[in-house]
Amino acid sequence: MDRTTILEEALTSETKTIPQYLDYETPSVNVTEWLRYSCIPVYEQENAAKDPELAASMEKALSLVSGVLSFRVGFVVVPIEWGKDGFPVLPFEQKSEKLKKNLEGGRKAVLFAATIGSGIDRLIRRYEKADPKLGLLLQGLGAERVESLCDTFDAEVKTSAEKLGGKTNWRYSPGYGDLPIEVQRVFLPLLDAERRLGITLSESCLMAPSKSVTAIIGIKFD
Amino acid sequence: MNILDYMKDHFLFLDGGMGTLLQEAGLQPGELPERWNISRPEEIIRIQKSYYDAGSNVVLSNTFGANGLKFDDEELETLIKAAVENAREAARQSIGTQEKFVALDIGSLGKLLKPYGDYEFEDAVAMYSKTVRFGVKAGVDLIFIETMNDSYDTKAALLAAKENSDLPVFVSNAYGADGKLMTGACPAAMVAMLEGMHADAIGANCSLGPDQLVGVMEEYLEYASVPVLLKPNAGLPRSENGKTVYDVFPPEFAESVGKLLEKGIRIAGGCCGTTPDYIRAVVEKASTITPVPVTEKNRSLVSSYTQAVEFGGSPILIGERINPTGKKRFQQALRENDIDYILGEALKQQDAGVQLLDVNVGLPEIDEPAFLLRAVKELQAVTDLPLQLDTTDPIAMEAGLRAYNGKAMVNSVNGKEEVMSVIFPLVAKYGGFVVALTIDEGGIPDTAEERVAIAEKIIKRAADYGISKKDLIFDPLAMTISADTTAALATMQAVHKIRHDLGVNTSLGISNVSFGLPSRNIITSTFFALCLQDGLSAAIMNPYSQEMMNVYYAFRALHNMDENCMDYISYAQNLPAPTMTAPAAGAAPAGALASDSGSSSGPATELQKAIVRGLKEKTGSLTKSLLAEKKPLEIIQEEVIPALNIVGEDFEKKKVYLPQLLMAAEAAKAAFEEVKKLMADDGGEGPKRCAFVIATVHGDIHDIGKNIVKLILENYGFAVSDLGKDVPEQTVVDEVIRLHAPIVGLSALMTTTVPAMEETIKLLREQAPWAKVCVGGAVLTQEYADAIGADRYCRDAMETVRYAEEIDQALQG
Repeated sequence: MDRTTILEEALTSETKTIPQYLDYETPSVNVTEWLRYSCIPVYEQENAAKDPELAASMEKALSLVSGVLSFRVGFVVVPIEWGKDGFPVLPFEQKSEKLKKNLEGGRKAVLFAATIGSGIDRLIRRYEKADPKLGLLLQGLGAERVESLCDTFDAEVKTSAEKLGGKTNWRYSPGYGDLPIEVQRVFLPLLDAERRLGITLSESCLMAPSKSVTAIIGIKFD
Repeated sequence: MNILDYMKDHFLFLDGGMGTLLQEAGLQPGELPERWNISRPEEIIRIQKSYYDAGSNVVLSNTFGANGLKFDDEELETLIKAAVENAREAARQSIGTQEKFVALDIGSLGKLLKPYGDYEFEDAVAMYSKTVRFGVKAGVDLIFIETMNDSYDTKAALLAAKENSDLPVFVSNAYGADGKLMTGACPAAMVAMLEGMHADAIGANCSLGPDQLVGVMEEYLEYASVPVLLKPNAGLPRSENGKTVYDVFPPEFAESVGKLLEKGIRIAGGCCGTTPDYIRAVVEKASTITPVPVTEKNRSLVSSYTQAVEFGGSPILIGERINPTGKKRFQQALRENDIDYILGEALKQQDAGVQLLDVNVGLPEIDEPAFLLRAVKELQAVTDLPLQLDTTDPIAMEAGLRAYNGKAMVNSVNGKEEVMSVIFPLVAKYGGFVVALTIDEGGIPDTAEERVAIAEKIIKRAADYGISKKDLIFDPLAMTISADTTAALATMQAVHKIRHDLGVNTSLGISNVSFGLPSRNIITSTFFALCLQDGLSAAIMNPYSQEMMNVYYAFRALHNMDENCMDYISYAQNLPAPTMTAPAAGAAPAGALASDSGSSSGPATELQKAIVRGLKEKTGSLTKSLLAEKKPLEIIQEEVIPALNIVGEDFEKKKVYLPQLLMAAEAAKAAFEEVKKLMADDGGEGPKRCAFVIATVHGDIHDIGKNIVKLILENYGFAVSDLGKDVPEQTVVDEVIRLHAPIVGLSALMTTTVPAMEETIKLLREQAPWAKVCVGGAVLTQEYADAIGADRYCRDAMETVRYAEEIDQALQG
């Protein structure tokens, strides 16, 4: 089944769906974001582009990651109940004002985890010692890669939701604002993330592989 | 009947999926299935009986997640005991007449181990050990470790099984669609490690259907000399009306598994989505197939946590540079606990093209077991080349082998009984590919024949420990021809005989041959070529020697080991262009810049320009030539520091960005390295400012920012003690006290780890009140820093340097 069908079927479900997993082709690289994540602010980038050393390092970073990354998303769709206290009832306990606002009026939520795998962490480890600037660029590239993966998935959810008469809001991640990072302890098992995506959680709720993202996309139907 | 005896002549059938059947029986999401062993034993027995009825020889106890992270000891023991009793009861009730066994099922703890995660390897071993002990006590027939998606985690579980029982152990890993484990290991690497540790059967389960696992299974069958197992899913899952359904049904499943049984798989069952019907179909299909005998594959492998390296084909280069013998700079690094120097040596050799790294950190005055353990862990965090552990201290060898993620090379044993009786048991336990020197109580024999005789003796002795000759590699010893001109001939003959008559691999420390002669490279590289021609499998060598690399690439091309000569061509194209003369000394006009220049007036000298532009190699060579005429400290004061100031100020003014700052820092480091080398030779110390203790706080594993700050601080001459990441509060305090460090830098990326930072500061105030604390990291702000009682918030590396300079000057003044 193609991704659109899987997503649309999941979004029409009235109950919580089982976790499903999608594999993606390599998304195209957003160079501006890459450099921004590599600590080169956007207004500096035009200047930076003139530096042949940097260009060579960027090229090396791209060749190093080629074939090393895998682009995987796992997701479930859950119905949102609204509690008497006005907070959304989700599979994890929280009383986040900001998430409440983000999901306002929503009837369903897509809970997802995206990862580009552990290969990037090995590359960063190696090159931050051998060649720190390359390490930094790999670090930035990894961040850009996983965000691009999220953007791709997010756009597909949006398209599918719109087809069904729904509207999505921007994605919201555990650990952002007043949504505690600890919800990860419930969020990731919902997606069987350790076994199916290779994402594990440390004591302090950090994900490994480090280039992994979890987030919630709320869907409103008018 | 013992399961291993039974397996000799029969296929062994495992059970199928458990999770889906439990859910159908009413297991709720979030409910721990292990508790059903006590609350709903009748359901567990019913399902397990249905597998025995379908023809399963082995049923796994319902203990996949039974570990000390989820249950306290008392409950854990009770659950495991009940689980094993349930499986026994299922076997008793079954109508099946086949041989029946109960396996203790062990799944992953679900924790990623260090260095990529935060869980200690030894803690994992301890956790798995509990489960194993309770299982053994409950009376299982074998241990089944399954669905492991990380090599190190697998090693921890297998080690626990081996240390706490004598039962047969089966190990099954979960491979992704790319044919690798989640953390990157390929099947050959897993075969090497697991067979080395004497797992009784190995293979794959879960993740994929049987057809998607064909490639993985073929690789197992190619390398493994133990029975191979397969327990795949019923194809790929999808959602149908809120339920998980799988796309492969029993007849096709049995067909696909049958094809793999014909290829040599000996143990089969099913994982997610499979039911007793799948097992019944497989058993029926197998009745038409004759089991393929399990044979010795004789593949000599070492492995890291991602890849395997095979000996016996294309020659293997083992980098010799991680070794303090005769290297003052390296000795200094060991004494100063400067692990980064060693890591740098590793990565440089990897770039130069070696396939393995020899690791020798033995110096009389250091704690070798502790240092080798640390070196193994740190090296495996930055390089995926397999390692050769090189030590004469058996305690260090055990520490290294135990912590090693993969199957290491062991350097070395020899024909002396006292050495073999200590090292071979370690190899039998942890696995290893062993270098054996053809030397014994009588010394090094002169003739090839006598060396071969020692080799034969060692092969016999190794077999007593269950170590086969495929896991030995003989070093028939290269001696210098300047003392005895027949020495090289004896070595080459011994190489030839051991390789061709005994059929065992050989390795040499090549460079000894030319000791005492001028232009040693000529003799050494020619000797290397001759030995390769005689069948040498590997060499411990200097990969920075162009002559040696020339021989290696040319030999492979000439021996049809390099398809279309591609490796040779790419090597040759990247050779440096021949230079007519060495770069002239004093290429940089010296002393052109006043030492107090702190303004960003632009770089004044060649060396400064090289640093500012981040040209690492040029900086190194310019420094080297400049050292002929200037004092080391003058170079630092008049060249390096002013150049760094220029870049630092430009960074502060946002004229340059972080990658440029890092490039300059790396270039400056090259200059410092040259200075340090000279000073190490003179026995002096490098220039130092005050001590600076730096750490990423407890619970936080992000250290990229911290590493950048450290690099820049070192450039400015601070004696940085880097404690790493996820550092316990008291560890920071202890180090500050030990060094009486006036300044501490703490880094935290996450809001959740800021409390650990606050706690560290609190302890510092109590126990080391003299120390100033600066903090940094993504979540920190000035307000935050104030709230947790830090002395200063430093936004980036340069701010940290400026603050450290303030403190240092206050101390001087």
